[in-house]
Amino acid sequence: MSKYVSGVVGFIEDDHKLLAAAKKTYAAGYREFDTISPFPIHGMDAAMGLGRSAIPWVTFFAGLTGCSFGLWFTWWTSAVDYPVNVGGKPFMSLPAFIPILFELTILFGALSSVGAMFILNGLPKVKPPVIDPDLTCSKFALFIPETETGYNPEKAESHLKSIGATDIRRVAEF
Amino acid sequence: MLGRSKLVLGDKSFKDITEDICAPLETLPGKPWLMMFGAAKTTLLFYFGVLFYIAYTGMGTMGVSHPIMWGTDIVTFVFWVGIGHAGTLISAILFLFRQKWRTGIARAAEAMTVFAVMTAGIFPLMHTGRPWLAFWLFPYPNQRGPLWVNFRSPLLWDVFAVSTYATVSIVFWYVGLIPDFATVRDRAKNTLRKNIYGALSMGWRGTNRNWRHYEMVYLLLAGLSTPLVLSVHTIVSFDFAVANLPGWHTTIFPPYFIAGAIFSGFAMVVTLMTLVRIGFPQIKDYITLDHLEVMNKIIMTTGMMVGYAYGSEFFIAWYSGVEFEKFAFVNRAFGPMGWSYWIMVSCNVISPQVFWFKKFRRSIPVMFVVSIIVNIGMWFERFVITMSLHRDFLPANWAVFHFKFADVGVLVGSFGMFFTLFLLFLRAFPMVSMSEVKPCLEVGRDGGGHHE
Repeated sequence: MSKYVSGVVGFIEDDHKLLAAAKKTYAAGYREFDTISPFPIHGMDAAMGLGRSAIPWVTFFAGLTGCSFGLWFTWWTSAVDYPVNVGGKPFMSLPAFIPILFELTILFGALSSVGAMFILNGLPKVKPPVIDPDLTCSKFALFIPETETGYNPEKAESHLKSIGATDIRRVAEF
Repeated sequence: MLGRSKLVLGDKSFKDITEDICAPLETLPGKPWLMMFGAAKTTLLFYFGVLFYIAYTGMGTMGVSHPIMWGTDIVTFVFWVGIGHAGTLISAILFLFRQKWRTGIARAAEAMTVFAVMTAGIFPLMHTGRPWLAFWLFPYPNQRGPLWVNFRSPLLWDVFAVSTYATVSIVFWYVGLIPDFATVRDRAKNTLRKNIYGALSMGWRGTNRNWRHYEMVYLLLAGLSTPLVLSVHTIVSFDFAVANLPGWHTTIFPPYFIAGAIFSGFAMVVTLMTLVRIGFPQIKDYITLDHLEVMNKIIMTTGMMVGYAYGSEFFIAWYSGVEFEKFAFVNRAFGPMGWSYWIMVSCNVISPQVFWFKKFRRSIPVMFVVSIIVNIGMWFERFVITMSLHRDFLPANWAVFHFKFADVGVLVGSFGMFFTLFLLFLRAFPMVSMSEVKPCLEVGRDGGGHHE
């Protein structure tokens, strides 16, 4: 679980302005900053210089694992461990096993993707510090943490002022 | 260019949306909710009684007997699983198609999916006759060899399909709920509420570094749920189609079942949404007449698809030149159980035709009645298909199905279970996805609709 950090937060009026503010913050050389919004904002990943999430790789390999496991398991149980002659069908009846392979592909892929999302996002967090309860409702904010290279609270505050933040606060931990 | 109609009515702000949608969670229920909940819960208790009676006494309490060894349990199982499909269609397939109107109804429709699949799951277990041995359905190391399950059987495919579907639907629903739980947590005034919703929200804080992975996983789940939902009813139809029986052994079954599932599921969504709009008037701004009209169009389209399937089944039965196949279909429509066939046709093919008229598509009373008729018809569709068993190859075996008390009891009781869960959902979880509706606020407003 990630440790909480202190920093400076600036509240921005709406989602469009937050996007513009994030672009300017990235252009000003900030790399560790984060934006907080009640809903995902289109284009924010690019504005913050974040690449594509790596989760699809997890999905792909987990799905592949599910499919391979299904293939191995149906073969091992039906043809190796305890073969039973069912209506003269082959012990290894691949076409009949396809639905099992398919369902296991989906199941492994879906559960692993969600698990990966939790791990990458550092969830679950127990009672995490919240800057403002309205940030999950109607407010938008940009947060510059102390981990930023060359972090200086005064400089961060003046930067937030320059990008149009209406309310600027120092945050002990977020 | 044609203007787009507003997805959210009434010039709301972000704050208004939160207030509207959190209101049912933060106020005491009114009389209508309490009365409906009382009725649903009573039916649920009755259901428990009937299930206990069947499990304790045995399957002889139900109408199944030779040659009709599949009865109400299987019919109602397929009925409830089918209803679940509309929720996944709205939440996953419409998401992939970037249909923004889905945001208003997706949450409630997904809840319907989860509860419908839970309701459905009881029936195959009861049908086994010994529900306490239900774990035998899963391949686990046992002391009988180990003797493994038969992976060549469509009934086992169904175990995997339905349990995967239930799991993935619940996960998909829950992932969608996380940001909304955080909203409820941050509004909470008392500690208990804050702790419960805090735990449910997993400490979500809405940072973009989290949204980035969240949005990706939501897209992936939608992508995985789409083939999954189609596979589930395909495999349910395999329960019938893989058997070498006239009337069942047809390649049309998978698409026919899926069209029927979407048809009945959308009808159930319309039934529920009209009731929700009455019970929670502020929801009328989120689940608008436009939403209902679009769903009615889908009901009519899928209704005609099942109508086409009924016709094409008959044609192929004749065209195949197989006399057993021909007999099965003529018997369905004109045999001793032909009444159920005509209930099916009039409910499913004829009744949705009123939606050709815009006036009826946008009339709440009309759509409420039609949606219920459609669901009656879809229950009878599964009944008609299952009852192909009643006249098999040996005329000496022929019989008709007699409903017993337990048959009616489980059917009525299952609605108690479904509605109890759904009514609790309306009071405990945000019934509209706030984090998905808020970005669509500008759709249809001046200069809005697109924001990059």
